Amino acid sequence: MGTVADMKKGEKGIIKEFSEELLPVKLMELGCLPGNEIEMIQVAPLKDPIYINVNGSHIAIRRSVAEQIAIDLQQASQL
Amino acid sequence: MSQTINVALIGNPNTGKTSIFNQLTGLKQKVGNYPGITVEKKEGICKLSRNLKAHILDLPGTYSLNTTSLDESVVVELLLNRNNKDFPDVAVVITDVENLKRNLLLFTQIKDLKIPTLLAINMADRMQRKGIELNIPLLEEKLNTRIALISTRKGTGIDQLKELIEDYKSLSSESNVDIGRIEPKYFESLKKAFPNEDLYKLWLVITQDVNFTAVDKKEIESKSSFATKSKTDLKRLQHKETILRYQFINNVLKETYTVDLEAATGFRARLDKILTHRVWGYLIFFFILLVIFQAIYDWSQYPMDFIDEQFAAASEWLKSTLPPGVFTNLLAEGILAGIGGIVIFIPQIAFLFFFIALLEESGYMSRVVFLMDRLMRPFGLSGKSVVPLISGTACAIPAVMATRNIESWKERLITILVTPFTTCSARLPVYLIIIALVIPDGRFLGLSYQALTLMTLYLLGFAAALLAAKVLHKILKIKSRSFFVIEMPSYKLPLPKNVAYTVIEKTKSFVYGAGKIILAISIVLWFLGSNGSSYEFQNAESIVKERIQKEGLSPYSQNYIAAKLDEYRDLKRVSVIPQSNAVSISALQDSLRQQTVALEESAEQQEIASYRLEHSYIGHIGKSIEPLVRPLGYDWKIGIAVLTSFAAREVFVGTLATIYSVGSDEENTIKQRMALEVHPSGKKPLFNLASGISLLLFYAFAMQCMSTLAIVKRETNSWKWPLAQLGFMSVFAYLVALIAYQFIK
Repeated sequence: MGTVADMKKGEKGIIKEFSEELLPVKLMELGCLPGNEIEMIQVAPLKDPIYINVNGSHIAIRRSVAEQIAIDLQQASQL
Repeated sequence: MSQTINVALIGNPNTGKTSIFNQLTGLKQKVGNYPGITVEKKEGICKLSRNLKAHILDLPGTYSLNTTSLDESVVVELLLNRNNKDFPDVAVVITDVENLKRNLLLFTQIKDLKIPTLLAINMADRMQRKGIELNIPLLEEKLNTRIALISTRKGTGIDQLKELIEDYKSLSSESNVDIGRIEPKYFESLKKAFPNEDLYKLWLVITQDVNFTAVDKKEIESKSSFATKSKTDLKRLQHKETILRYQFINNVLKETYTVDLEAATGFRARLDKILTHRVWGYLIFFFILLVIFQAIYDWSQYPMDFIDEQFAAASEWLKSTLPPGVFTNLLAEGILAGIGGIVIFIPQIAFLFFFIALLEESGYMSRVVFLMDRLMRPFGLSGKSVVPLISGTACAIPAVMATRNIESWKERLITILVTPFTTCSARLPVYLIIIALVIPDGRFLGLSYQALTLMTLYLLGFAAALLAAKVLHKILKIKSRSFFVIEMPSYKLPLPKNVAYTVIEKTKSFVYGAGKIILAISIVLWFLGSNGSSYEFQNAESIVKERIQKEGLSPYSQNYIAAKLDEYRDLKRVSVIPQSNAVSISALQDSLRQQTVALEESAEQQEIASYRLEHSYIGHIGKSIEPLVRPLGYDWKIGIAVLTSFAAREVFVGTLATIYSVGSDEENTIKQRMALEVHPSGKKPLFNLASGISLLLFYAFAMQCMSTLAIVKRETNSWKWPLAQLGFMSVFAYLVALIAYQFIK
């Protein structure tokens, strides 16, 4: 099962679940909720932090948090 | 009689809240701190109609009422406390049209507090480009509010907002979302226990760490009919609350908000590709840093020199116009010089904040944080610490002020505490003169020893800052609830007006906030340096004159005069001979005699000044600390210079010039004089390799700057941190200098 931390640049996924205890409320409020789409925009050197677009919010989070968010990877559109 | 109502501007960061505030209030604004904390409080007055004025409070940017930082707590505390004098009659929630969904989350929370609430949708100018369409009347109906569609960039919609504020009495204060739905049983029991309180407010008191005077947390816990919820349970409920709110918002937006994805241009995506690139991103960032650095280091030199000259001229003018006396001296040398010492920093502060405002306003700053976060993390700093640390290389004062952008208090405090370690430009005059004195000429791999030493000092400054940050990160026990989530806003052209406001406001806050302390300390230092109670000080002039009568001028002065006269003679010969023989020998001798008298007079004055300083209060202090500085390889004269340079490091050179009675400010002259100084204990020069390195290291690490201390006091809102900083930096500097001297000696 993949998490946001496993995504590659340009990939998209749907948030499946996460541990409520470990994920900050603020992240949920920014739109990081189950069912919402998440897109990996950029990964900083040393693979941390990562820059994502979730539900229209463009945010950067640390890898340790990204590892807590499970996703269903979507097929990258061939375009 | 005119009436004033309270209006609070609330909104997510990056929604243009401050732009709206600026347009509402113009320059009628006041920036201060909330009592007891260093969260910026911005307030202003806006005239709505002939007899209605609005007191507008620009609350710190917040994503929700679930607080994660001090800034956000300020918002919640105000909105929960009806007795607060700033409690709003009307709340204006400011949103950005592109992120309307996320912004509305906060709107529904505010609405649930039953405060009359307006919605201001900003950045309307971007709608067309982004293919966004809004059904405003329907949105007003669904959210049960009134809406102003604003573009601060184009200056539209502000009048409408003012009208809506004026009409605040017709606003609904009904809530949007029934919070009880997330766990009906629990909320029913709450309602039973507190029939007069609003459920959402109770919920905030339970979940947030805020002071709420009307009902306190313990009271709720004791009155609840069943056991208190665990932290996990509360978080689960907050999660449910968020989902509930988003369900409501999605339903509302489904009918009122359409976005044509085809129209949305990928400007952000394209720019992000370059600016956050693992190679280009860093190159561009360092290029920008270089420009900023150049600006504060180099360009501000011109206005600074100008200020310096003007104040010197004004001081001279005062001394020549006012009757001589204690009061005139206080005015001309104490107060005026003190004010000059404050004003001199304004160019650097203005330049730095000009650039920082550009970086913040354009949205670039978030990209810097993204790029630098991982690199700074091992030291307990965040990506946002980079700009203050680098700009500290020009001057620590604007750098410390720039830390306001760091949300986490712990990271901000650490950045403030370590920034003065970076090599600021005031250290440079001290470094240059000592390096020239003690570091031998010669090259290593094509680089001169002197240049290498200077570079090492710069690197040492950075290393000390990072090392200190790491240590502080370990030992400071500050609860920092902030975690790393950074919004990457879309790129925007900065609004000149906002940039100008930032620059003006920061300059004002330095002058009024730190100015008093700087002025006070510089007057004290001036007093100690130009007054004395001893017989020697009181009669300095007659004592020195008598000595000169008996023994003549000091050997240094005699040599100096002889050299000057030789120079003069050469000059005359060159200028006289080619012309004609009209100038007679006797005329030449006359002018030589005059020259000699002038030189001797000024040498006498310098020796008196030197004698005065030696016997002034500060001279006595300098002598009494000699046992303390001797292990570092210094004598009492250097001790005095170290003391006086507390006003500003570069004063070190000037003080030595006075003590050694060198009249000229010219660096070479002072250097030659310093080279002649002999160590009291032996025959070697006072400024030798060991004592020179020891001095360099002392100045690299010591907190020799009262202005920085004053600004740290202002930015941390207590004397505790600047004093701790002064303490640990001084002790560290002393120890390093001690070890270096004893080791090299």
